[in-house]
Amino acid sequence: MDVYLPIANLSVNGLWIVALGALTGVLSGLFGVGGGFLTTPLLIFYGIPPTVAAASASTQVTGASVSGVIAHGKRKGVDYRMGAVMVGGGIIGAAIGALLFRFFRAIGQIDVVINALYVVLLGSIGILMARESLQLLRKSSGTKQAARRRHHPLVANLPWRWRFYGSGLYISPLAPLIVGIAVGILTMLMGVGGGFILVPAMLYILGMSANVVVGTSLFNILFVTIATTIMHSLTTRAVDIVLVGLLLIGSVTGAQFGSQLAVKAKPEVLRLVLASIVLLIAFRMFLGLFYQPDEIYTVYPL
Amino acid sequence: MRALLLLFAALMLSGQRDPVLVPEVSQHDVQVRQGFTGTELLLFGAVLDPAGRAGQDYDIVVVLKGPSEPIRLREKERFAGVWVNADSNDFRSVPSYFAVASSRPIEEIVDAKTAAIYEFGTGYIQLSPSGSINPEEQERFSLGLVDLKRRQGLYKEDFGGVQISEGVLYQARISLPSNVTTGTYSAETFAVTRGRVIASAVAEVEVRKVGFERFVELSANQYGLLYGFVAVMLSVLMGWGAGRLFARL
Repeated sequence: MDVYLPIANLSVNGLWIVALGALTGVLSGLFGVGGGFLTTPLLIFYGIPPTVAAASASTQVTGASVSGVIAHGKRKGVDYRMGAVMVGGGIIGAAIGALLFRFFRAIGQIDVVINALYVVLLGSIGILMARESLQLLRKSSGTKQAARRRHHPLVANLPWRWRFYGSGLYISPLAPLIVGIAVGILTMLMGVGGGFILVPAMLYILGMSANVVVGTSLFNILFVTIATTIMHSLTTRAVDIVLVGLLLIGSVTGAQFGSQLAVKAKPEVLRLVLASIVLLIAFRMFLGLFYQPDEIYTVYPL
Repeated sequence: MRALLLLFAALMLSGQRDPVLVPEVSQHDVQVRQGFTGTELLLFGAVLDPAGRAGQDYDIVVVLKGPSEPIRLREKERFAGVWVNADSNDFRSVPSYFAVASSRPIEEIVDAKTAAIYEFGTGYIQLSPSGSINPEEQERFSLGLVDLKRRQGLYKEDFGGVQISEGVLYQARISLPSNVTTGTYSAETFAVTRGRVIASAVAEVEVRKVGFERFVELSANQYGLLYGFVAVMLSVLMGWGAGRLFARL
C-alpha cells in the first residue's frame, strides 16, 4: 500500500509504517516508555528525513501515551500530582533543549551529539536496569523483596517537602521538577519521549512505588510530547500528519495489548526485557560512532 | 554591399544547415497527490532539417533538471576514533533533480569541454561551489554530493537512453522518483553533430502537489501553530478512541 507523505516528500509502504507503530505501541503500553527511541532511528533507517522522523515520532508518542494513561488511570496507576510537577519541569527542559539543538546545529555536530547521547544514556541505563532486575529475579524465589524501596539520599536532603500519596512518598517537589527538566531537554534533543530515562529515574532516584511508575511516566510523556509537537510545528515545520496518522493506527492498538500484558507479566522480567532492548539499541548506536558511516556527506539546506 | 552579401549568404547557409528541434514532453503537469509513487516522463520530438536530408548523423541529448537550491555539505571524518562532522562546503545552485539521456555514450558525441558547457553528465553539473578555495577539495565535495544524490535516485545518467528513429523522431524515458522536489523542471533537448551542438530547445514541466497534499503542506508552512494543534488533537483522539474501543471489547 503506497502512501505519499506530503511533508517528508516521498512515498512509503503504509503497512510497514503501521507495523512499526504497533511495535512501539506494545512497548509503550508494556513499559511506560514512549517508544520514540525505537521509532525515530527506524524511520530514519527507512529513508525518512531525520527532522521529519523526530518531529512526527514525538507526535505519535502523544497518541500512544493517551490510551496508556487512560488504561493506567483506571487502575489508579497514575500519580497526577507527581506527574504535574514533572510536566512543569519538562516544558522548561524542552525550551532549554531547543536552544541547545540550535547551538549544536550551528556548529554542525548535532547528529554526533545525538548519537553520543543515545549511547551514553541508553548504555548506562540499560546496564543499571539489567543488573537490578537480575538481582531481583535471583532473590525473588525466596522472600518478598518489595519493601526494599528507598529513594536516593540526595533527594531526601532537598528542602520543602510535599506528600505524593499515589507514589507513597514524602519528598521535595524539586526532585521531580529536576528530573522533568532533564527529560524535557532530552525530548527536544533526541526526538524521544524520554520514558526510558524517566522510568529508571522514578524507580531508582525518586523511589516511587512501582505500580504508579508506568502510568505517571506516560502521563508526563503525554504532555511533554504535546509541547514538543507544537514547538516543532512552529520551528522546524517537520511534523508530517500523514506519517503520524499511519504510526498512530499501529501504536494505539499496540498500546492496548501492551498495557494488558503489563498486568500479567512479572515486573522484574519486564524490566529485564526493556533493559535488553535498550542495550541492543545502545550497542548499535555505539558501533555507528566508530564504524565508517554509510554516508560520509550530509546535506543541510541553507 | 559586399559585407551585406556575405552576411546574407552566411544566414542562408546556416539556415540550410541547422535543423530545427521540435520537443515535446508527455506530461507538462506532474501532479503529486495521495498514492504518488513517482512517474515516468516521455521526452520526445522531431528533428526537422530544412534541407530535407534525413539527418542520419545526429545525436540527441536530453537533460531534465529540477529547481536549484543552495545547500551546505558536511563531511564526516574520523576524530579520535569517532566519526564527527569536520569540513563543510557550500554550493549555491544544486539542482534538486538531474537526469541526462543521450543516444550514444557522451564521450563519443562531444569532447569534455562541450560536455561541461552544456552539463552533459552528472560530473558536469554546475554546482557553483563557494567557501573552500582549494580546487582538489572542491572536487572531492562535488563528487561526494553527486554520489549522494545518485544513490537517492535524484541524479542519473542514461547514455543510450535516447532512441532515434529514421533520423527524425527521437524519444527518451526519464523516471521521476516519489521523493522529487516540487517546482518547475526544465527539459532541454540538444541535437549534436560532429561534436557540435547545432540546435537546442527547452520545454517545461511543472511538478506540484495538489489536493490534500497541497493543503497539508500549505497549512504546515503558514499556520504552524494551528497545524500543531490539529496534529496533537488527532493523536489524542485516536489514542482515546482506541482506549474506549478496547475497554468495550
